[in-house]
Amino acid sequence: MSTDVVISDDRASSRDPRMNETTPPLPTVKVSASTNQRETPSRSADEMAQQAKKVVAHNVDFYYGSHQALHAISLEVPEHCVTALIGPSGCGKSTFLRCLNRMNDMIEGTRVCGDILLDGEDIYRRGTDVVELRKRVGMVFQKSNPFPKSIYENIAYGPRVAGLRKRAVLDEIVETSLRQAALWDEVHHRLDDSALQLSGGQQQRLCIARALATDPDVLLMDEPASALDPKSTAAIEDLIFELKTTYTIVIVTHNMQQAARVSDQTAFFFEGHLIEVGATNALFTKPTQQKTEDYITGRFG
Amino acid sequence: MASLPSSPTTAKGTLSPGGFRWLEAAIHGLLVACAVVSVITTIGIVLVLLSQSIPFFRQVAPLEFLTGTKWAPLFEPQHFGILPLFCGTFLVAGGAAMFAIPLGLGTAIYLSEYAAPATRDIVKPLLEILAGIPSVVFGYVAVVFVSPLVRQVFPQADLFNALNACIVVGIMILPMIISLSEDVLRSVPRSLREGAYALGATKLDVTLRVIVPAALSGIMASFILAITRAVGETMAVSLAAGAEAKLTLNPLTSVQTMTAYIVEVSQGDIPAGSLEHRTIFAVGLSLFVSTLLLNVCAQWILSRMREKYE
Amino acid sequence: MSLVGNTPSPLNTPSPLVPAAGSQQLLARQAAGRPWAKLASRLFSLLCLLCMWTCLAALFLLLWQIFSYGWARVSLDFLTKSPSQIYPEKGGIVSSLVGSIYLIGLTALFSVPIGVGSAVYLEEYAPASRWRTLVQLNIANLAGVPSIVYGILGLGLFVRTMGLNRSVMAGALTLTLVILPIVILSAQEALRAVPSTIRQASYALGATRWQTVWYQILPASLPGILTGVILALSRALGEAAPLVAIGAATYVRKAPKNLWADDFSALPLQIYNWTDQSQEAFHEAAAGAIVVLLTVLIGMNALAIMLRYRFAKRVQW
Repeated sequence: MSTDVVISDDRASSRDPRMNETTPPLPTVKVSASTNQRETPSRSADEMAQQAKKVVAHNVDFYYGSHQALHAISLEVPEHCVTALIGPSGCGKSTFLRCLNRMNDMIEGTRVCGDILLDGEDIYRRGTDVVELRKRVGMVFQKSNPFPKSIYENIAYGPRVAGLRKRAVLDEIVETSLRQAALWDEVHHRLDDSALQLSGGQQQRLCIARALATDPDVLLMDEPASALDPKSTAAIEDLIFELKTTYTIVIVTHNMQQAARVSDQTAFFFEGHLIEVGATNALFTKPTQQKTEDYITGRFG
Repeated sequence: MASLPSSPTTAKGTLSPGGFRWLEAAIHGLLVACAVVSVITTIGIVLVLLSQSIPFFRQVAPLEFLTGTKWAPLFEPQHFGILPLFCGTFLVAGGAAMFAIPLGLGTAIYLSEYAAPATRDIVKPLLEILAGIPSVVFGYVAVVFVSPLVRQVFPQADLFNALNACIVVGIMILPMIISLSEDVLRSVPRSLREGAYALGATKLDVTLRVIVPAALSGIMASFILAITRAVGETMAVSLAAGAEAKLTLNPLTSVQTMTAYIVEVSQGDIPAGSLEHRTIFAVGLSLFVSTLLLNVCAQWILSRMREKYE
Repeated sequence: MSLVGNTPSPLNTPSPLVPAAGSQQLLARQAAGRPWAKLASRLFSLLCLLCMWTCLAALFLLLWQIFSYGWARVSLDFLTKSPSQIYPEKGGIVSSLVGSIYLIGLTALFSVPIGVGSAVYLEEYAPASRWRTLVQLNIANLAGVPSIVYGILGLGLFVRTMGLNRSVMAGALTLTLVILPIVILSAQEALRAVPSTIRQASYALGATRWQTVWYQILPASLPGILTGVILALSRALGEAAPLVAIGAATYVRKAPKNLWADDFSALPLQIYNWTDQSQEAFHEAAAGAIVVLLTVLIGMNALAIMLRYRFAKRVQW
């Protein structure tokens, strides 16, 4: 068990910088103030070009049995940016998202061709440890799916399965994650209550906090606000804005306003093809493809 | 415990496993072993039955075994024709089915089409209790309560007779028929009923002309499964039906089923390895094959029905 | 069913599943136009109700007869004294009661891990393959194999080949095989009821397969698994046929001491033995033993039903 101690110390120290940033007096006030003002503006194409390529997909095909759901998708996701995947339902955007942490592996009869690189490493290479991959690529689902356990246990689950046992460290991670997800103030006095008692919006933020607790590099969000009321949606969007300073975010949304609000880069999917990708401002103002224009002007979908 | 310390060695930046996940692999192996137990059970059943049946069939011609009309392996002159045991078995199972099927189907229809949810909530657990009563208890009921009753109505009946067994086995398989048929009746899509009701059809019309026909194959499967259960039924039958292997369809006489014969020999002092003792393996094999055929048949019907609705 | 014949057929389509539009109208008109169609419908519902009451009456009559007949025999003495073949009215059931307790304890010990393990393997590990289909089909068929056939297997495998003789161990292993399919099938159902969102959430957080099963899926499905296990064990408790087939004694005076060697009896076997005698006093003793057995079994059933009911109420994912 000594190794566990080493890990936990290691992890704790690696988290220190972030913790110092958020734990001092009244950090949540700072967080909410900053989100309201939106200090971090959308990044321009030039800024994004300077960022390292966090995830690179090259010629990705995807099959459900004999049905091809993705056709030669090539997409680069710059670090610390929000990339939005938009398109009509069934266009393959969610499927592509789930390729990025290999959640599609769980569906029987699926097949992937092409390369997806995370920091230059092919995640579909033989011998890749999907468990390691998923620790680095967190995911938030369309429908909030808290475990039927306490709030605390929900957040602590990821670190625990990674081998973290020390209560004090877990306590810290739970607090930091909840603060990052702007949920701490609402739930800190009832961490032992069942997560299922939270409201829909709170549950979804809990799921985000849970994903952050494993300290991922990339956060995948599959229509995270589609089942929420406008107020909760706004909270989630603020959160995304806040989180991109630390994480690289890929978000699937069917809501074009949302994509325009939160993302730096937008990719438009249609019938399994990637039609167009570019800086969000550019794509929404001057789309180069007719299909994209039709879609964003509401002619279909 | 369940997690493996992979993070420190692999750190961030590589996706290769930090080491083989021994615990995961060991558990996977254990679980496979668990699943293999059931496969081995089947193989074991076949092997054990064959290992003693093959020597038996070296001494008794299979044709004689299958077509002989006299079963008397324990007395001189010996006869090894299994037909009387078959006859007894299917007399009891058929008799049980004859009154369990209408009663069970009627109850299932009532529960699925007429009963209020509250009624269902009370009746279904009660039927589960009926299903949970052990077979030896039914045997007792047959001997102590049913047999005197039968002999009052039919004074010519034997003390132990097939009718006793039919009645108690019928009660035993009732819960099975009810719960399986009710499941299939309820699985008939709502839209089908509503379509008919919207046209002003009475409940009788809808039930007998729409729902029951739509669920017919599933109901049939439930009957077959219940009959399978009756064929394999042992304790009640061996207590109630007597021990005379007879080729008869008269339910008022004493008969012997395949299962009851196995019990009779198991309780006696017949030395293992003798021809007489091997009969139980040959009879067991016949029983196994008959129930297997019935089962496979029922499952085939059910899987075809599932395909239709999914 | 005879009502079908009495009702003039408004429908001549062979497949009532998809009645043609024309015959549907016919059906509607005729149903509305026949005053006694309503009567027939009413009669039919009464007939079905009668069926249900007959079933329930059979259950109550059976329980009433047994309890009124056997209740007088049940006492502390009855539970703690050895059975007697000479003075049935004085004997008790202690030897078979203890035998049954050992038997069920060991059966639970063997069948629960193996059964739940198989279910977890089939639901959470095995990819859709011919192998899984085969195992699944095999289990479904085993569930329909008569229990006495398992007894013959136990006789050949445990009693003879493994040399366990007519011991409690041989009996428990045999009963384990009898109830294994029931445990597996019910555990599978309980595992399937756990929503896949829970699995996905766990895997997405970097949990391994076993971690997901151990920390999320098993706890979530525990009530369902428990229900199935209790029902399966209650089946094992009442099972006599496989024990008879392995040659277990239907009557022993002393409870077994050595689980690997001593002869043993079990409650259902003792009941069988007493029922098979012709004297009235034996039948009374049998009724007493049945009262004891049924009380335990109905208690177990009630527990299982309660568990399932609470589970259904509590879990709304």
